[in-house]
Parts: sequence; structure tokens; C-alpha cells
Amino acid sequence: MKGKGKAVTDGGKFMLRANDVSKTYGTREALVRAVDGVDLDVAHGETVAVMGPSGCGKSTLLHLLGGLDRPDAGELWIAGQRIDQMNERGLAAIRRDAVGFVFQAFHLMDELTAVENIELPALLAGRSPRAARRRAAELLDQVGLADRARHLPAELSGGQRQRVAIARALANEPLVVLADEPTGNLDSEATVEVLRVFDSLHQAGQTLVIVTHDSRVAATADRLVSMRDGTFVDETRLTGGASGRLGSLVNLDG
Amino acid sequence: MGKIVVIARLAIRDLLYRPAQAVLLLLAISAATTVLSLALALHGVTQHPYQQTATATRGPDLVVQLGGVQGPHKGVQSGIPSVVEAEAEKATHAAGVTAHSGPYPVADVAMRADGHTVLVQAEGRDQAAAAVDQPKVTAGSWVRPGGVVLEREFAEAVGATVGDRVSLDGHPYTVVGIAVTAAAPPYPNMCSVNCTIAFPPGVQGSNRVGLAWVDERDASSLAVADGGPPFYVLNLRLADPAQAEAVAGDLGVPNAFNVTTWQSIAAADGLLVQDEQQVLLPGAWLAGLLAIACVAVLAGGRMAAQGRRVGLLKAVGGTPGLVTVVLLAENLALALLAAAIGLAAGWLAAPLITSPGAALLGTAGAPSLTPTVAAIVVAVALAVALAATLAPALRSARTSTVSALAGAARPPRRRGTLIAVSRRLPVPFLLGIRLVARTPRRATLGAASVAVTTTGIVAVLTFHASVGERLGGASSGVTDPVVTRDEQMLLVLTVALLALAVLNAIITAWATLLDAGGSTALARALGATRSQLAAAIAAAQLLPAVPGAIVGVPLGVGLFAAANGGGGAATTFPPVASLIPAVLAILVAVTGLAAIPAWVGSRRPVTELLAQDAS
Repeated sequence: MKGKGKAVTDGGKFMLRANDVSKTYGTREALVRAVDGVDLDVAHGETVAVMGPSGCGKSTLLHLLGGLDRPDAGELWIAGQRIDQMNERGLAAIRRDAVGFVFQAFHLMDELTAVENIELPALLAGRSPRAARRRAAELLDQVGLADRARHLPAELSGGQRQRVAIARALANEPLVVLADEPTGNLDSEATVEVLRVFDSLHQAGQTLVIVTHDSRVAATADRLVSMRDGTFVDETRLTGGASGRLGSLVNLDG
Repeated sequence: MGKIVVIARLAIRDLLYRPAQAVLLLLAISAATTVLSLALALHGVTQHPYQQTATATRGPDLVVQLGGVQGPHKGVQSGIPSVVEAEAEKATHAAGVTAHSGPYPVADVAMRADGHTVLVQAEGRDQAAAAVDQPKVTAGSWVRPGGVVLEREFAEAVGATVGDRVSLDGHPYTVVGIAVTAAAPPYPNMCSVNCTIAFPPGVQGSNRVGLAWVDERDASSLAVADGGPPFYVLNLRLADPAQAEAVAGDLGVPNAFNVTTWQSIAAADGLLVQDEQQVLLPGAWLAGLLAIACVAVLAGGRMAAQGRRVGLLKAVGGTPGLVTVVLLAENLALALLAAAIGLAAGWLAAPLITSPGAALLGTAGAPSLTPTVAAIVVAVALAVALAATLAPALRSARTSTVSALAGAARPPRRRGTLIAVSRRLPVPFLLGIRLVARTPRRATLGAASVAVTTTGIVAVLTFHASVGERLGGASSGVTDPVVTRDEQMLLVLTVALLALAVLNAIITAWATLLDAGGSTALARALGATRSQLAAAIAAAQLLPAVPGAIVGVPLGVGLFAAANGGGGAATTFPPVASLIPAVLAILVAVTGLAAIPAWVGSRRPVTELLAQDAS
């Protein structure tokens, strides 16, 4: 921690970096400082959990980190590439190639099967249909849903849907996966299913930023950042991952 | 009473809350009702000018053509042949005949004026005013030797004015006057009733015949020089004009090869306006179909957005019936307003298109916007609104309250084959095809509206091709007042159809965007660019537009043939050189217009759209 709103790691090789980033909504009396001067560095392969009460700006921060939204001030970097000044086309390329999103509401295409949903980013990135399908099949297998490839989202449970969404986020082998309340719509059993997937990603060295209310999810991270009123108020370095002490507490390793 | 207040309040508030959509809906229905009002208002507007002209020219109740038996020319001596004179005597003494003029000799001659050669029936007249059918001179003077008086519509068509030099069968004449008559239908419809023509040498067959008056001796000598069979015209006045048909049957003159009643002439005088009706009525139906498509897409799009409103209404005790009425009320109110606008516009615009032409005196008078016409227009407007909104309103009313409150949209359709095919295409088409597959009904409406637009445009092209073919004969270069008026009507109609088509394209794209907000936002989150999404929305309009445009081509030709009285022989397929650019222009316009709301919509933040989709 380097003063108010700071949560910066040591070292210089960051996968993700936010430098004094701010985002406001509304004007005058209705002005809301959703993100207020936040600094954040995320190292390659690191899992960072961001916790905080509703409306504290967690999701806005995640959207800014992933290039879904633009900051009013500050700098944003992904893998050494500054993105806050990029045009829309550049941001689209970042979202397509460098970032994978996982949303609380899954945001799967209702009319597409699981495998079709997963291959969509690859097709958007211009991969051949064959390569996209092969990758989607691998990912389905990875999240344990190989037998659900041709099921529509409506035919899947909440946990299965979120696992499909995670697989989709991985379709283009992103540098970082940003997950916004990935277990917010899930029951305990489904939450554990999803956490197992995140754990395996973490073990594989995938950089992850997870916004969550759920302490069980936060416990799987290497680092926990607490947020309130748009700023970081606390940072805790955890044992890290499902195999760590907190991971054991939530019973992910066995 | 309370329910009525609630329904009215909700309808008015919703309309005021979404003024742009209300205006679009109003414009769509108003365009259709205006065209329909115009078409219906043309009924019965032609009698008035004919009667005015008949009064001013002592119009005949019966016109009898005598002599002129086809065959070898027998020659015409000075004076009227005795057989003609005897028959004329008999006809003028027939029961019910009170006055007459003639018989006057008539020669079919080729008139050359300003480089055009036109077939003319030159009727011989003397200087004395006739008791029956004394054409009213509107410019210049009456006939004199070496001078010709031209019927006014015909003179305008050939561009002749008093003082011009023309030739009749090669003999020089001066145009000494312009006149109108009620004894023959005006150019080019003179032969739309009884007409027997001996075509002079050098004039190709055509039923477009002009009328001229020359000195009686000039007419006789023209007939002799021409070598054609001479005939004579006898004009009769009857004690009871309503009995003209009966009297015509009892004249008992064997050499009378044509007997024409005033009713036939009056009807032929109205051909100009009837032709307009033939153009406008099918056009009104096309405009109506486009309006239905517009309203259906607009109302369908709004219904999707009205889910929570429906839920709230039901949660506070609204029955499905009440919900249906509330959802329909505002569209029906707009339809009524559109009917009023259409009737008013029709009333104001009708005088511009009901001019009887130069052949008749006076004006057409007020268009007949009767209560029946008003009722038809109102009924059509309400039918358009109902046809487009009843199904989505009923569907909304049947939705469960919980689902409606949650704003649960109808799940999109899955079209596995289309999705599989789209995987192999570039991103805009990949997304565009999937958008089409999600909302097949909207795609069908889009295809239908493009088909209707193409039908209208191709019908116009077919008209031009067919008219060009028809005018390519002897009288080419001479203005045809009917064609000119048809072209004016078609222009009005084309503008109305294009305006509706433009509205339709924008509304459809807007509705697609509204419906696909969540999925397009997701595509952006997954890396699709704004231009790829705008192109995808445009592609989603283009894909159904292509079959629509293809289907519209034969429909357009068929519509022209049907409006043309089923005269397949008179229908000429438009040249490919004009057809292909027209169809391509429609497709480009549909795509381009769709890109506007798509591009504007793509400026909305992804996060906002995703949040909306998740809520």
C-alpha cells in the first residue's frame, strides 16, 4: 500500500497496471466517483480478488481494466501496452486478444449451444471455424462439460453456464481473465464447481482478477484488495490458491 | 369510466414519453391513408366538367356516323351523297329527336406539325353556328378555307398554337383556332368509344387520333385526295337525353356504322382521371402494406420494451383484457389521427390531380370525400394498426406477471443451420446472419417491405417501358396527356413508397438493434469492433432484403399488368439496364439506412447495454 487508494506490487513486470485511475458518473450534485484515483498492479500469473460492498466501484474498475469502459483520468496498461488512450478499434482488439471476461449474469447467447458460445470469440478473432471448434472442444473438456457441448444455455445449470462462460473467456488464450462476481448468481454447489475451474486456471499460471462479494472466492486469490467508495482501503496477501490455507478452508482441495 | 380514464391516460402518457416513435408510426399510417384518400376521392369528379362543356358547346346527345363503308374508294362529289342525306333525314325525324346539326363530312388525314405526324379526323364545318355541337373557340377564330381549328387537348399535345403552319395530307393549313367540344372524347381517347379509322398513307396504326375542324369543302376534298372512304357526322339533340341508348337503337339507319351516346362520351372524358385511379389504387394498397410492415416492426419493438409496463399493470390488478386494450389504444388512437391526416391531405391534394385536362371547360369541382370514403380510410387505418399490433399485444397480455415484471424477453429463435453456415463467413455476416436467425419474423417483415417497395418501383419501370413501346409508333414525340398524368401520379406514388420504405428500413434496423442490444454488446465485449457491429446490423437487413427484392421484380411487372386491365400484351418487361441498377439501389439504400441507427446505437457504452441485458 502506498497511501490512499494504492495497491501496487513490487517488481516491474506487470500484466495489468492501473495508475491513478478515476471514473465518475453524473454531474454536480448527482456526481458519483465510481473509481477514485486507484492504482493497481497485477503480476503475470497472479490472482487478485477485489472485494467490497455493492456500489463501491468494483465492477466499474473491472470494466476499465478490460477496456470495456474508459477512465476519466489515469493510465491503464495491459502487458506493457497503454490502453486508456486507445481508440475503439484498438480496445476491441484488446478485448478480443488480451482479455477474457466472465460476468455474473453469464451473458451467454441463448440461441447458441455451449460449444458455439465458446468458439464465438475465436471466430470474431478470425480463426478458422475448424480451429475455433477444436479449441472450444478442448475448453469444454477442461471445464468438465464435454458431454454438454450441444446443449443450449437454457438446458444447463447455473454452474454449468458459468463454466461455459469461463471457457469462452479462455477461447483466445487471453493474457488476463477478468471475472465480475462469477459466483454471484450461483448456489454453493455451483460456486464450488466454478472455483475449481478458477483454481485450475490459477495453477496453470493464468492471470486473474476476480471481483466478488464472496469470501470463499476471495480466499483462492494470491492477493485480496478491499474497496470502498471508489478507492482501495486495504490489501492482504494470501497464501494463494486452492491449495493454500484459505483454499483448504473452503475445501477445494479435496 | 375509471377504466377508460386509465386507458386514455396510459396511452397518452406513453405516446408523449416516446414522441419520436409516435411520429414515425403516425407518418407511416398517414402516408398510406393519404394515397388511399386520393384514390377514393377521384370517384365521380369527371361528370361536372363534361356537363359544363356540353352546355357551353350545345353538346349532342347522340353522334351518328353515316356512310364511309370500307372498301374501294367511290369518290366524293361536291355535296352530300343522296343515300347519306336520306338516312340523315330519317334519323333527324326519329322519335325523341328535337334538333340536329350535320351531316358533316369527315376525312381521316395525316397532320404534320412541328416534325410530328399525327392521325387526325378533320370534320368539315361551315361558318354558321350549329344548333347542336358548336365547338367553343377558346383561342383564335372558327374555321375558314385554308384554316384549321384544333381540339384543345390535341393542340397542347402537339404543341400547336394559333398561327402555326401545319399540313393535312401534305396540304398547307394555318391553325386559326383552338376549340373544345362535347361531341367526342378528347385526345388521345377519341377512339376509346366508337371509332372507325381509315389510316392515311404514311401513318402507322394507332388509336391515338386527334380532332380538327376545317372548312366543309376542304374536308370533302381532303377525303377525295386521301382516297379513303368518306363518312359524315350527324349530331342529334334528344327530348330526353337519358333515353339516348334507346333512341340510338331505334334510329333505323342501316348505313350508320357508329352511334355514340353522350353517356359514352362523358365516360371517355373521365378516362384521364380513371387512369389516375388505376395507378393510385394499387399504389394505395402497396403503401398500406408498407405501413403495416412499418407499424408491425415499430409496435413489435415497443412491445418488447413494454414488458415491465405490462407486468406492473397486471401486478396492480389489470386483467389481460385491460392490458391488451391499453397496448392497442395508443396505436389505434394514432391510426385514427393518421386517418384524419390522410383524409385532410387527400382533400387538399385531390384538386391538383382531378383537373379534367384541356379538352373540357371548367374544373372538376370538389373531390367526393363522402362519408363512405371517410369510413373506408378510417377502417383501413385501424386495420393497419390492428394487423400490426394485435398479435404482440395479446402475447404481452398473456405473459405471466412475474416474467413480465422481470422484463423477460421472448427467447430468441435458434436456427442451427444458419448458425453453422455463419461460422464460415466474415464477422459482419457471421453476426448479421445470427441476428436474422434470432428474429425470423422481423426478417420476414423486412423481406416483405423490400418486396413491396421493389414491386412499386418495378411497376413504375414497367410503365415507362410499356409506354415507351406504345409511343414508339407513328405518334412518337407527341405528348400523351394520359401518360403525362400517369407519370405525375407515379411520381407521387413513388415518393410515398420510397418515404415509407426509408422509414421502414430505419425502423427495422432500430428494432433489430433494440432487440439485439445485449448480444451486440456481448460481441463487443468479446472483441467485435463498432464498425463490425454496424456492418452486422446492416447485413441483417440486407440478407432478407435480397430475396424480397428478387420477388418484387415479377410482382411489379404483374402489378402493372393487372392495373393495366390485365393487358399482358401491352406490358413490356423493363430493360435489364434499368432494372438491375434499380434493384441494387434499393438494396444499397436498405443497407445504408440500416447502418445509421446501427452506428448510432453502437456508440452506447457496452457496460450499460450489458447491465440492461442482465437486469
